[in-house]
Amino acid sequence: MNRRKFLTLLGSAGVVSALGNAATPSTAQASHVFPYYPESYGVLHDTTRCVGCRRCEEACNKVNALPAPDKPFDDLSVCNTKRRTSATQWTVVNKYEMNGKAVYRKLQCFHCQDPACASACFAKCFQKQPDGSVTYNGSQCVGCRYCMIACPFYAPGFEYNEAWDPLVKKCTFCKPRLDKGELPGCVEACPMEALTFGRRTDLIKVARARIADNPDKYLDYIYGEHDAGGTAWMVLAPANPKGPKIPPENPVLAGPELKQLGLDTHLGNQPMGELTYGALGAVPMIVAFWPVLFGGAYGMTKRREAMHKQAQEQTKREAREDVQAAVDAAVRKIQETEGEGAADRARKAMAEALKARESAGKHGEGA
Amino acid sequence: MENHSIVIPTREKMFNMGPLLKPTLGNIITWIILSVGLVITVIRFTQGIGSVANLDDNQPWGMWIGFDLLCGVCLAAGGYFTTVACYVMGMKHFHSAARPAVLTAFLGYLFVVVALLYDLGHPLRLPFMFFFPGTTSVLFEVGLCVATYLTVLFVEFSVAPCEWLSNRFPCVLKWRTFVNKINILLTIFGMTLSTLHQSSLGSLYLICPGKLHPLWYSPFIPMFFFVSSMAAGASMVIMEGFFAHKGAHAYMDETHLRESDTVVLSFAKAASFILMAYFMLKFIDMLVQANFSYLFTGYGAWWLVEMFGFVLLPALLYAKGSRDGNVKLCQYASMNAVAGIVLNRFNICMIAFNYQLPSAERYFPSIWEVMISVFVVTMIVTAYRFIIYHMPILYEHPDFKDAH
Repeated sequence: MNRRKFLTLLGSAGVVSALGNAATPSTAQASHVFPYYPESYGVLHDTTRCVGCRRCEEACNKVNALPAPDKPFDDLSVCNTKRRTSATQWTVVNKYEMNGKAVYRKLQCFHCQDPACASACFAKCFQKQPDGSVTYNGSQCVGCRYCMIACPFYAPGFEYNEAWDPLVKKCTFCKPRLDKGELPGCVEACPMEALTFGRRTDLIKVARARIADNPDKYLDYIYGEHDAGGTAWMVLAPANPKGPKIPPENPVLAGPELKQLGLDTHLGNQPMGELTYGALGAVPMIVAFWPVLFGGAYGMTKRREAMHKQAQEQTKREAREDVQAAVDAAVRKIQETEGEGAADRARKAMAEALKARESAGKHGEGA
Repeated sequence: MENHSIVIPTREKMFNMGPLLKPTLGNIITWIILSVGLVITVIRFTQGIGSVANLDDNQPWGMWIGFDLLCGVCLAAGGYFTTVACYVMGMKHFHSAARPAVLTAFLGYLFVVVALLYDLGHPLRLPFMFFFPGTTSVLFEVGLCVATYLTVLFVEFSVAPCEWLSNRFPCVLKWRTFVNKINILLTIFGMTLSTLHQSSLGSLYLICPGKLHPLWYSPFIPMFFFVSSMAAGASMVIMEGFFAHKGAHAYMDETHLRESDTVVLSFAKAASFILMAYFMLKFIDMLVQANFSYLFTGYGAWWLVEMFGFVLLPALLYAKGSRDGNVKLCQYASMNAVAGIVLNRFNICMIAFNYQLPSAERYFPSIWEVMISVFVVTMIVTAYRFIIYHMPILYEHPDFKDAH
């Protein structure tokens, strides 16, 4: 092997490895793992254990110093009306009718792996933290509320009645408590162990184990494992005791079941923000190409105008030359037949007639 | 010459406020709306959004975004549409339509921003998007493009105030000469920015497939917004021309009057083609997204009303009007088309949004929200009137015949 051949081989090896490197991130992206914090925490909400006692609501209200509610937390009739989270209630427990049985579900921010709110915010207020929480920095919030449009779970609330500093409010995953090594308020308060706190990867294993141990009790679907790109808070739902067994992890067949719990399985497995990336990706293309396209159109217009003008002038010149040639021919003929004097008179008369016509034409154009 | 009666401001008499201050019925209504609007403005900014608006956590964007922003931007598309036709495509006979179109576009965008301040929780923090740019957000792109395009429109429009002010301040003529030199750059830049943000207003809704009804949600929604904005631009030029002829006929010069019918008929023809294309796009999209079965629901009926009554019908009316040289029919069609655009934006922002929620949780704008929108429109009309009474918009200033 000579030196040249060796270098060629080396070079192609370099290209191949570069291609390999380029291919790796794209396959990683295909499984939607950004931003993925492997150590992040989550909470598993087991609705089969929830009894709708509203202790979590009470704890949330207390640890976050939220205003006192209209009805006390021990009034359980509140659960019967459908409520949503708001600026003053960061978590609520609703009662749902699922296949004829009452099932309670706690609503709060799902703390998505790749949050729609963070993708939608144009002032970068939202951030997915390595501990799993999605935090909100109100000091740079413009108050546009696009996060609330974007959130597929209807989680954030807005302080509409605040005049001077209205902000978006939602569950913080009790981030200040997590930082101190404490459990979120609601998890700590739950008397039924319906809320399990842990690393998200572990929680998925826990959920699978519960489903495997009690296949008749649980619907074989971990809501939030993949939905909307995956969420830190996940939900287990009870199986329909009378209905047919639903194959595992099937969003289409589990859909009607979970819909009764107010959960949407049609969000897809991609983070919601990715739906906009195609449109955003077209922006540089348009910025680069439109000036060329329209500049070209302008150039063509200019060229066409110039050619049109040139053609017009050409026609005019030819017409003038034709007339001149005809006049010359006529004058020559008169000179031959009627002599020099008549030719001079004819030339003069024709020149005057042409001039008169020209000035009349000019006048006509000018009017 | 027919323009002998046009009041052209001179050095001695710079202002021509008479038509704005005369106690005619129109002016009295204007004053009432403006005063009511001011009162609501004070309430809004001292008591919070909730004190005047019915917006809630489920419906964070209502009348103000749906009408003032989505419709406002779309209906101001006449600016790019006319300037591109006139300057880029070389359709010189639209020249007299270019300035009014640029003016309405500039006012449209300016008041879109004004109206937006009502809707924002922290209006003063609007520039924060440049300090903390959320580049993954469609709204960032919209904000960036609208801010830039508003600047471009201001520069394009600024030649008119320059001609007005040159009586007193001849130095502004240097700016005017400069702007005339870069006019084609501004036009192409404006076209690029318009393409981007007209379409991204639609892209805003790409992120919420679960909330917007499938008949209106589509991955192609940016394209629908852009194509419909072209039709809106052409239609608004025709409609504004109609109202301008009603109210400001005395301020139009011979060229404007001579060209105005040609403008109406040509724009009607263009709008007819664009609306037909839009109809086909929407229809094919409905089939491709397998939404046919939704047509037999209540929302489907409503979608068909929008598509046939407010897209196909104006397209056909435009076609007939431009073919027969019937200016009146074209003007009627333009109102039908504009109503269709407004209906489409309302459907996306309010009517088909949150379609899955029970009706008790749905949104209906409060009278005060509607009043703010009416207030904003009245401000636009008043500003437009002030400008055409003072600046050479509908006529060419005798000192500046070189404009083209």
